[in-house]
Order: sequence, then structure tokens, then C-alpha cells
Amino acid sequence: MTDALDTFRSDTRAWLEANCPAEMRKPIRSEADYCWGGRNWTFQSDAQRTWLDVMAERGWTVPDWPKEYGGGGLSPAETKVLKEEMSRIGARPPLVSFGISMLGPALLKFGTEEQKTHYLGQIARGEIRWCQGYSEPGAGSDLAGLQTKAEVVSDPVGGDHWLVNGQKVWTSYADKADWIFCLTRTSSESKQGGISFLLFDMATPGVSTKPILLISGNSPFCETFFDDVKVPKAQIVGEVNKGWDVAKYLLGHEREMISGMGLGGGGSLGAATKPADPVLRADIAAFDVDALAFAAMSERFIAMWKAGEAHPASPSMMKYAGTELNKRRNELAMAAGGSDALEWDSERSKNGKAPRDWLRSKGNSIEGGTSEVQLNIVAKHILRLPGA
Amino acid sequence: MSLLNDDQKMLQETAASLLAEEGSIAKQLRHWRDTDCYDGFGHALWKQFGELGLNGIAIPEADGGLGLGATEAALVLEEIGRNLTPSPFLTSAVVAARAIEGTAHGERWYPGILSGDAVLALAVDEGPHHAPEQTALAAKRQGNGFVLNGHKQFAVQAASADMIVTAARTGGAPGERDGITLFAVPKDAAQIENVHLADSSRAGRLTFDHVELDADAVIGAVDGGWAPLSRALDAGRAGAAAELVGVAAGASAMTLDYLKQRQQFGKAIGEFQALQHRAAHLYGEIEIARAAALKAAGALDSGDERAELWVAVAKAKAAEVANLAVREGVQMHGGIGMTDEHDIGLYMKREAVLGGLLGDRYYHRNRVAELSGY
Repeated sequence: MTDALDTFRSDTRAWLEANCPAEMRKPIRSEADYCWGGRNWTFQSDAQRTWLDVMAERGWTVPDWPKEYGGGGLSPAETKVLKEEMSRIGARPPLVSFGISMLGPALLKFGTEEQKTHYLGQIARGEIRWCQGYSEPGAGSDLAGLQTKAEVVSDPVGGDHWLVNGQKVWTSYADKADWIFCLTRTSSESKQGGISFLLFDMATPGVSTKPILLISGNSPFCETFFDDVKVPKAQIVGEVNKGWDVAKYLLGHEREMISGMGLGGGGSLGAATKPADPVLRADIAAFDVDALAFAAMSERFIAMWKAGEAHPASPSMMKYAGTELNKRRNELAMAAGGSDALEWDSERSKNGKAPRDWLRSKGNSIEGGTSEVQLNIVAKHILRLPGA
Repeated sequence: MSLLNDDQKMLQETAASLLAEEGSIAKQLRHWRDTDCYDGFGHALWKQFGELGLNGIAIPEADGGLGLGATEAALVLEEIGRNLTPSPFLTSAVVAARAIEGTAHGERWYPGILSGDAVLALAVDEGPHHAPEQTALAAKRQGNGFVLNGHKQFAVQAASADMIVTAARTGGAPGERDGITLFAVPKDAAQIENVHLADSSRAGRLTFDHVELDADAVIGAVDGGWAPLSRALDAGRAGAAAELVGVAAGASAMTLDYLKQRQQFGKAIGEFQALQHRAAHLYGEIEIARAAALKAAGALDSGDERAELWVAVAKAKAAEVANLAVREGVQMHGGIGMTDEHDIGLYMKREAVLGGLLGDRYYHRNRVAELSGY
């Protein structure tokens, strides 16, 4: 077993050495260095395209997915080795996408064979860029209160379809996405039991998006409008009115992903900022203790989660702790940076990276369920406090 | 190491049931406190630890121990913490046992530790704050031996100990790591004031007034005591971190029960979101502290080059979280939490002592900063 893993490691190391372009081994400088893929994607360089192609061909954009769906079919141990070997040479991820981190796992669990065959391979190859249609103006923390309506329309000519009307908000990169996975109301009889999970093309007539300018000066989120959008009837994941199960499962993956932000670029904040002020140094040392302890927690959580030993609601605890930590890191980084960290758009400040990151981090404890909602979930499902 | 193996899970169950039954607050802490016991702990339970093999966890197999590690010690210590059980386990079977490992003193004292007949102590602090590099207790060569002059304090269970592992200075100056030597100081050699601490445990204030020791009292090398001392201290800090996690978990469990049972305004107070969110926050913090304690223990066991850093993280985090747990515990219990009759206050007292033992959270935050290069 160990021998096989050693062989896998040396083979992987050699293959990465031979196939990862030098340019793809340089550290990520900004959001723009990530490859999101999709039908409108403009590759930053030939190297970025090559790196995606060779990795996708091997199934290594999604190393632990089954081979028949475009994955690498690797075991958890092999997946870990691949990650270690990639980080050893500083290889960038070939592809980041909500299809990989959120929709894919939900399709693997709830999708039909046709859906898995049709969508997963395209996700693995970076051919579809997805966005998530969850929150609405009237349904934030109370997500199950969503009102975007989908009704079945019989159509002997064009085929039976869903007719979708309503509005989503905080749709990440909706203006750049090809497809959306969208929660819709298909019954008003039950709040959580009247939701269905639909997939559709953002180019469908009746879909429009409008970017939202944030306090960071960036616009990663959009408002998304649906006006008589026709969606083929088969494009539903799970059963009609059972979409909340799919949505919750997917949120677990999202929280797992967001909680990783607590590692926020990793490394010691004190080592990076070398605070001269002893009072600030003390605060930063207290932060570094918490960040390292959380890193130990993340390692333990992942191992427990994979072994089935973690409480099903524990991603809420991780999401809460990780995002609060990342906000604190940014507050302290601003303090350590002083007036340098206030510059908004100079080249010296990398276009105001520090203040924009700081402001962006405030959303961490709001998106994917607020800190307060996570605490409610822990109180109810883990601590079993009455009335929670 | 992130997950426990089957042997470790079995050990955890053994320790959990033993300490919940025999190590309970009523049978141990309150009993010895209310009878004003000189030792502050019970010898019968210490011998029972020995019979069950727990005392051999950190002792090498060649010396009759189990040759296990910091992880196994942590599992036992979390249960000790949860039950506030007064026990020589941490100081005798972990700290002192590590200090004398590989020396003639190991051969001399391991049988007694293993059976639960011997109690050992560690004397390192000389002021109210932990600062081992500042060791000043003077050990001057005299003939074939040494003569010791100086002072020690916060030496846990020293007045009950058969031997006290004592850090003294044979060379260099306070602040330097070189020049520290460890001595095996026999019972009755130094004057000991058996001090009563806030949590009803006992610690010694030691006065060395021309105490003469033979050369064979030296543990390891003269002037080279820093290596065995820091090995013993880090084992003790990782252990104290695990015990603090137990203190936090015990206080939190007691508080959660109270939130579900106490009725005010016609409902359980645990229905109020103001308390739910604080309880949920504390839950997460305890999980994180436990992960940090196990990470530190695992790093010591695997010889990780960053073990020292992980130990400092664990002690700082566990002390911080246990402190939060006992403060929330007393506050959420309201008036009853202020009474001696209720056990929650005992958790607060234990946290104060254990949180400061072998370096408080400020000491260990500073260590994390230093080890990280700032």
C-alpha cells in the first residue's frame, strides 16, 4: 500500500515536472491569475491553456471524482499526494470553479445518470462556468423563504418546460457565468418542501444580470433577473419540491470551502508584518495562536469528515470560526500596514490590495450563511439547546 | 496525526470511565479539600492508575513502561481535567518521567512511578511568572558534589514528593540556556512550605539554604540541563493543554445542562439566543483547542521540527479557551454559580492554576511570536 503510494508520488512528481509550465508555478498575484474556464473564457496565456488541457485530460482538475465523469479516480491518499506534489513546485490550480467546489459534489449525490454524464465532464474540462442562484432580496438568512417561481407549462410543440420568474441577488460572477444552478419555488404549500433545484443556461431569453458595486470598489456579485425564462423540464436535480436537500448538501461544501479562508494566504501574520509596536505585536501574536490552532482544527476536521466521524453540522462551526478569523487577520494587517494600507489605487499598493481585501473580507461572515445563522445551527443541531 | 487509532480510542474509554467513577469531584477533589489533606490528592487512586498501566504511558518499554507518547498522555489528561481529579499523573508520570529518561535516575524512580508508590515533582519557577531561562538557584561545586542556595516556587506537589527534579545554575548567567543543570533533590533536603493554592491543590515554596548534594544527583550533563528540561517542560505543557481542554469541556457540559434545565420567564434559559450564540461560540473554541492539543502531542510524538511551536500554540489556546469556558460557566449559572456548593466554581479555580502552570497564555503567545521570527 505504502509502496504503491510511493510509486504514485514519484510518478506524479515526474509528470508534474514534465507538464506544468514554468509560468504556472509562479505564485498567484491576484484574482486575475485564476483560471475559471467557461465558453467565454479568455486565457491569460498559452501556459494557462496548456496547463488546464493537460490536467483535464488526466482527470486531475477533479482528481477524486470517478473516471467515467471526467475525474482522476484517485483515492483520498492519492489526492493528498497530488496536492502535496503540486504545492511542492508551487503549481497553480489549473481550474477553479463553482462547478467543481459546489455543483459537482451535489450532482454526484443527487444527479441522474444522464445529468452526471452530461455535466460533470464539461465541469472537469472547464467548459461551463457556473453561478449559484440562492439568495433573493427577501430571502437572505431566511433562505427557504425564497420566492423565485418555477411552474410547469405544457407545450406540445417545444416540449414541456419550467417557466421561471423572479430575482436573485448576490449571485457571484453571474455576469461571467454560462449556466446557473438555481433554487426556485415550485409549491407554496410548504416552505422548505416547496423548493426545486433547476439548472439552466444564462443565455436563455429572459435572463439578465446587473453587477453590484461593493465597498471594496469591485463587483464580484450581481443581481440576476428572470423574466419568463423557459427551462426544459428534465433540467431539475433531485425530485420536484425536494430541492432543499440538494441545496443544503451543496451549502455544506460551500461552507467547507469558505472555512478554508481562515488560513488566509497561510503563514504567520507576525512574520509577514514584523510589527514594531509591542502592543500590536501582542495582538498579532494572539491572532497567530488562533490561526495556527484553527489550522490544526482544519486538518482534524477534514480527516474526521472523510472518516465519517464529524458531526453533520460541524461545517457551520468551521465556517463561523474560519471567516471570523479571516476578518480579524485583515483588521490586524491594516493596523500593521499603517497609512501604506490606506492607498486605494496606486501601483505601489498593487491597486489598493490591502484595503480592498480588508473590505472584501467583511462579506465572509455574511455569504454562505451569516455567522449568526451558523451559531443558530450549532446551537440547535449540535448543542441541542431548546427552542433553537 | 489527526484521528485516534483503535488502541487510543480504547485507552480513552478506559480513562473516561475510571475518572468519571473513581476520579469524580465528590470522591476526590471535594473529599481531599474538605478533609484538609496534606497532599491534596488520594494515594489509592494513584495506585489504581499504576495497576491499570496508565503511569507507564510515557515511560520506555525497556524500563517497564508502555513506551507510548504525548498523545496517549493527552487522552488521560483530558479526562483528568473534565473531572478536576487531583492527581500526580501530569507532574510525576509525564514531566518528571521525561526529565529523567535515559539516566540512572530513571532506573531508580520508574518502578515507583509505575506502581503508583512514588510521587515526583518539578521545581523550576523562581518568581511568580514562568521563566526557565532565568534560573538563578545557585549550585556550586564543593568537593565531589554541589551545594545549592536559592529559592523555588509553584513546585506542584513538592511537599508530597519523594524526589524533586530541580533546575539550578552551575554556569552562565540568568537568561542563558547554557549553564543550567538538573538535580534529583531527595525528599527533606530543602525546606518546603506546603502552600495551599486557589484550586485546593498543593505546591511547594522551596528554600535551599546550603543544601549539599552528591555528584550523582545530577540528571544528565552538568551545564547541559536545558535539553532534558525543555523536553520535560514541553511534555508538561502539551499535557497541561490537554487537561485544560478537559476543564473547558467539563465546565461547558455542566453549563449546557444548566441552560436546558433552568427556567426563567416561563422557559428554559437556553432558549434565549443571547445565550445560545455564546454557547455555540464556546463549543467551536473547545473543538479548536482540542485539535491544537492533539496537534502538539502528535508533533512531539513524531519528532516534528515545529513541535515546540505547536506546544506553545496548544498551551496558549487551551488556556484561553478554558478561561472563556469557566467565565461563561459561572456567569450563565447566575447566583448558584457563585456558591461553594456548586461545582462550576471549582472549574474556575482549576483553570486559574493550570492556565498558569509551565507558562501562561501570554508567555506562550510570546513564544509563538519568537519562534515565528518576530
